[in-house]
Amino acid sequence: MGQVKSLADLRKIKEDLQGKMSLRENSNNPESLVQIRVAMATCGIASGAKQVMEFFIEEFDKRNIQAVVTQTGCMGYCFAEPTIEVTLPGQAPVVFGYVDTKKADDIIEKYVKNGELVDGIIPVNYETIEKK
Amino acid sequence: MMKDLAMHIMDIVQNSISAGATLIQVSINESAKDDTYLLTITDNGKGIPAEMIEKVTDPFVTSRTTRKVGLGLPLLKQHADSTGGSLKLESKEGSGTVVIATFGLTHFDRQPLGDIAGTMVLLAAANLKIRFVYEHTTPDGEYRFDTDEVNEMLEGMSISEASVMRFLKEMINENLKEIKISG
Repeated sequence: MGQVKSLADLRKIKEDLQGKMSLRENSNNPESLVQIRVAMATCGIASGAKQVMEFFIEEFDKRNIQAVVTQTGCMGYCFAEPTIEVTLPGQAPVVFGYVDTKKADDIIEKYVKNGELVDGIIPVNYETIEKK
Repeated sequence: MMKDLAMHIMDIVQNSISAGATLIQVSINESAKDDTYLLTITDNGKGIPAEMIEKVTDPFVTSRTTRKVGLGLPLLKQHADSTGGSLKLESKEGSGTVVIATFGLTHFDRQPLGDIAGTMVLLAAANLKIRFVYEHTTPDGEYRFDTDEVNEMLEGMSISEASVMRFLKEMINENLKEIKISG
């Protein structure tokens, strides 16, 4: 068995990254990036939000799309978990519900890349249980 | 329903994040001798008021306003209780909260730990300003992961870079394997 990885091995990853980073632009300006917020409350987690979040991080990296993926709390759409909020640069945020990795792939390919809407959007004026 | 302990941890840590914590420590201690599996989540957030602490394991009690139920702690309590263990909370307003869940190590109903490496790395990447510490102790040894040490190594580069996340996950998993953690 090989040597167990330690933090010292991180240096290599860092050097590789630094090479790539210099090619990137805009990375210091989050406004110009695609922003994804994954709802991560009890309801979201229990429905698989973690897998969805990991999928977005991995796929944006693979497909070379600059994006910021973060988490948020419950947005009140527990019935539609996992839910995510996608903000394209300069546009209003759009909330998608019932997002599994297949839907996530659709969202990247259609909405993030081409601005084309896909099924599962939760309208912003939707009433939560609380507001009724 | 939570399928494994890592999901519970992901969930309970969200409470710490909402409480404004800047340091969140997750510890697991496996004791073959006592047949216990101890999970402790410690934060330095705003704490829980004394009158609230007795009630937080009631599903119909929550401090949030988006909905009227809060299931995170009740689900964890139910799980701990079902393995012959318990859930305890200690909190001081203004200085933080400790959640202590005890499980029966070899109890049939104790869920597996699950993807703890992925969970900790995801938490760290999504909350860059918070310091996360993960400690796991077994009869074979102990392992400690501290995002402060990671950040020192990264010298300004972000934990949220996909390749850094991939590396950290592998590193944690390999080290946990070394100390032979229970599934």
